[in-house]
Amino acid sequence: MARIIVVTSGKGGVGKTTTSAAIAMGLAKKGHKTAVIDFDVGLRNLDLIMGCERRVVYDFVNVINGEATLNQALIRDKNCNLLYILPASQTRDKDALSQEGVGKILDELKKDFKYIVCDSPAGIEKGAHLAMYFADDAFIVTNPEVSSVRDSDRMLGILSSKSRRAEQNEDPIKEYLLLSRYSPDRVKLGEMLSVEDVQEILSLHLLGVIPESKSVLNASNSGTPVILDEKSDAGQAYADIVARYLGEDKPHRFIDDKKGLFGKLFGRK
Amino acid sequence: MSLLDYFKTSKASSASLAKERLQILVAHERSSRNQPSYLPQLQKELLEVIRKYINVDQDAISVNFEQNDTQETLELNIVLPEHQTKTS
Repeated sequence: MARIIVVTSGKGGVGKTTTSAAIAMGLAKKGHKTAVIDFDVGLRNLDLIMGCERRVVYDFVNVINGEATLNQALIRDKNCNLLYILPASQTRDKDALSQEGVGKILDELKKDFKYIVCDSPAGIEKGAHLAMYFADDAFIVTNPEVSSVRDSDRMLGILSSKSRRAEQNEDPIKEYLLLSRYSPDRVKLGEMLSVEDVQEILSLHLLGVIPESKSVLNASNSGTPVILDEKSDAGQAYADIVARYLGEDKPHRFIDDKKGLFGKLFGRK
Repeated sequence: MSLLDYFKTSKASSASLAKERLQILVAHERSSRNQPSYLPQLQKELLEVIRKYINVDQDAISVNFEQNDTQETLELNIVLPEHQTKTS
């Protein structure tokens, strides 16, 4: 049975697209046929993070409007042949998406794919609404920072009242916390909300912590999902997250400051 | 991180302040999230009725909706002015 995962946050700039790209790649690398859809109509960026921006011919809105078939619009990833990207339209506005149209495309994808990852735009308007509406699981990407935590809580309220599962009285969407841009050393100094703080406020199941990492920018510079950078801390954090989501027992990492006195004295390289 | 930071003793941490502010805010926003959508309209209409008889201010009336596992409470609070009967 296919599962639809929405990657959402409310707030912008917390790492939704980075996360969508990483977990979609991670799921595909584990042998599951996966599609990742960009719901940010008008401001598409998933193609850039996935490194397929020059191969976009048709997009999500073309498929909804019947101007292209799903197979024409899906782009096969260059690194993994089980991963496909459905880019957002860059020229239309967000009203081009309709609930009926999105529902039809997701139904079609469900026949062929194991996981469908929906990269939500920021905000709580139409694009974000449709990205979460059909979801089975929600990955709430949160930064340890007041505005991000507040917006995540707002998003949780929307997931529990405005989703298809909520409207049809089915089992609720399964919600998971992904805490990104985490700096254990700043937490230790009392300058940043800790994992426990954020979990206590949001009461969410923690899927993983992604440390603040230079590798994220390096990965987006080159258009390769950071999970493929297996040596990097962020890449490993996403690999753990995918494994945990699939039911593997992985102890949490990147929560404590592992640098010794030497590292602290001379700083990060 | 530098040598200086390592020896710095942190004062009242900004993270604990953030946590405290968030807990209050989130609790407040969650309680208003669960409120029935008719509440503002109810408050407005109640005020109109009361104003027929008593000259009260706009903010003299407050309607609170509270919910726990066993019951829902609708609390209505009206602050009457000192000379409460309308002489008309």
